[in-house]
Amino acid sequence: MDTFLGRYKNLIVLAAILFAQIIALAVQVRRPTQGGDTRLLRLWAISAVTPVEKAVVHTQKWVHDTWNTYAYLRGVRRENRELRAEIDRMKVEDARYAEDARMARRVQALLAFKEQYVDTTVAAQVIGTSGSEQSRILYLDKGSKDGIKPDMAVITPAGIVGKIVQVFSDSSQVLPINDQFSGVGAALKSSRLQGILRGASNGVTTLQYVMSDEKVEPGEEVITSGGDRIFPKGLPVGKVVSVEPGKDLFLNIRVVPSARLDQVEEVLVVTKITEKMPDSKDLGPLRASDILAERLPTVPAKPEVDATGKPKPGAANGTASGATSATGTAATAARSGAAATSAANKPAAGSSTAVASKPNGAATATHGAPSGTTAGSAGAPKAPKSAAAGGTRPAGTVAKPLNGAGMATAPHANPTAPVPSPSPANRPANGGETRPPSKQSKPVPEQPPNANPQQPSTPPNGEQPPQ
Amino acid sequence: MPFRGSLTSRDQAAVHEFSWPAVIFIPLVAVLIQIFIPVRARFLPIIDLPFMVTIFFAVARRHPISGCLTGCAIGLMQDLFAGPSHPLGMYGIALTIIGYLASSLGLKIDVENPGSRFIITYLFFVAHQGIYYGVAHGLLGQVQQWSWSHVAISALANAVIGIFVFKFLDRFKQR
Repeated sequence: MDTFLGRYKNLIVLAAILFAQIIALAVQVRRPTQGGDTRLLRLWAISAVTPVEKAVVHTQKWVHDTWNTYAYLRGVRRENRELRAEIDRMKVEDARYAEDARMARRVQALLAFKEQYVDTTVAAQVIGTSGSEQSRILYLDKGSKDGIKPDMAVITPAGIVGKIVQVFSDSSQVLPINDQFSGVGAALKSSRLQGILRGASNGVTTLQYVMSDEKVEPGEEVITSGGDRIFPKGLPVGKVVSVEPGKDLFLNIRVVPSARLDQVEEVLVVTKITEKMPDSKDLGPLRASDILAERLPTVPAKPEVDATGKPKPGAANGTASGATSATGTAATAARSGAAATSAANKPAAGSSTAVASKPNGAATATHGAPSGTTAGSAGAPKAPKSAAAGGTRPAGTVAKPLNGAGMATAPHANPTAPVPSPSPANRPANGGETRPPSKQSKPVPEQPPNANPQQPSTPPNGEQPPQ
Repeated sequence: MPFRGSLTSRDQAAVHEFSWPAVIFIPLVAVLIQIFIPVRARFLPIIDLPFMVTIFFAVARRHPISGCLTGCAIGLMQDLFAGPSHPLGMYGIALTIIGYLASSLGLKIDVENPGSRFIITYLFFVAHQGIYYGVAHGLLGQVQQWSWSHVAISALANAVIGIFVFKFLDRFKQR
């Protein structure tokens, strides 16, 4: 050894100095990657090890699959029978869930609710770990060449696994949800309480920031809340196993992840999430119960009273917002294809916008509304509850202001008579924009083709029977 | 060409030498196994092969500088694969100190029999966890969980497996 050192002393010293400088350079220089800056030394190490890991894992998988597919077939027939029985059972369940799903989509469409869908995923194999207890990083065999980017969600069918933190050309690192540096927006499935799921250095995951006065039961399911903008809403996260009072008025809720993070081998990286409206094309027409539900009267808002108990003169001002919201409801209903609405509820191409702005509380209305409609009722079924002069009338009634100065009634109102779709000629020119109230804006009486001429028009008091 | 550790005041026969390939590849393979094996058995991170290799080389060479360098190199290798949230040097510092202590202890006691190997592995594992905790908590301000029971069980597992690992690594001793 002494001879060796003596003979190559200069070269060794040179190599040592070069090596030290390279190491120092690698520590200082950061090469930008898709996951942020990465130390060059770390990049080299991972690039050197990844091919070995890939080769070992894929070889092992190939052997395992070959054995299980072609050689080890014991119990396959029995398992096949059991699976068939399970399929039959699930078909029955599926029919029930499909009906629930259709109803949920209808409601979502009515509310203009945008859903997040997992659009595209990339299947990846776990090829390595950090190898230490303090860091629970996983290595995947897919990298930037496969479209992986930082902050993409990593999931399994059982539940979420983690998110991508660093991406290399052929591999990527996943920060599992039980790592101490992980945080996931989560919510309790039944109570919808939201919190942040955090890992710890010992691998325990806890749901934090749920107030201690909330009731949380062990066994309750935890799902993603979508608040972190990484995981789509509603993916399974885990189950509550224990609930204890924590610090600062928050509960300490321990959660066991649904995905077996200690055994995960294959994962899906969510590469694209789309937000879209639920497709309501195949949902069929609205049912009678849906229409009835829309037209049911609601509890009117209490008029504001002063200290003496008398109604405030400007109390009806609050109805304007109700009218506006009614318009929005009308538009939503129109979007959802609610063709079976009654005359009073039928929006005239969305043009009926009630405006209640008179200081004396007289709710004035409306223009472009079809025959038989009034200020509140023209816009939408829910309009009367607030828009029609204090919101005391159900749908289809004439707006009766507090001072009795009701305006804009149509003589041939017949809320139950079917009304054809408004023709373009009947539609207002403004296409639904709000106009200020005006006496000239009195609606033009329009007789529906099949309206019964013998049917009494609006009663003298301007009221109609509630629906 | 054998790597010659410096001789000590003790019996020279107790200072072992290793070939260069063994010096390079044993730690490398230990780190590779450490990051690969848990893919199939995720509980295995409590078994710390790089730590055992550090102890083995340190007590076999009985040279503090050599033990320091070996621990530093192996620790840095572990740091490289621990993810972006894990700064380089945490394991490096811990294993450097462990390497130094183990080689210093190797000068004083017999570390060839399984009983003493069990004890020093157990104690050094606890020390290793404590140093890591101190670095992470004290220097970096990270929130770390410390569980005596977990550390004790992990140390026990490492000490038991360490006996067999040391027995296997004894084959690479050249003298």
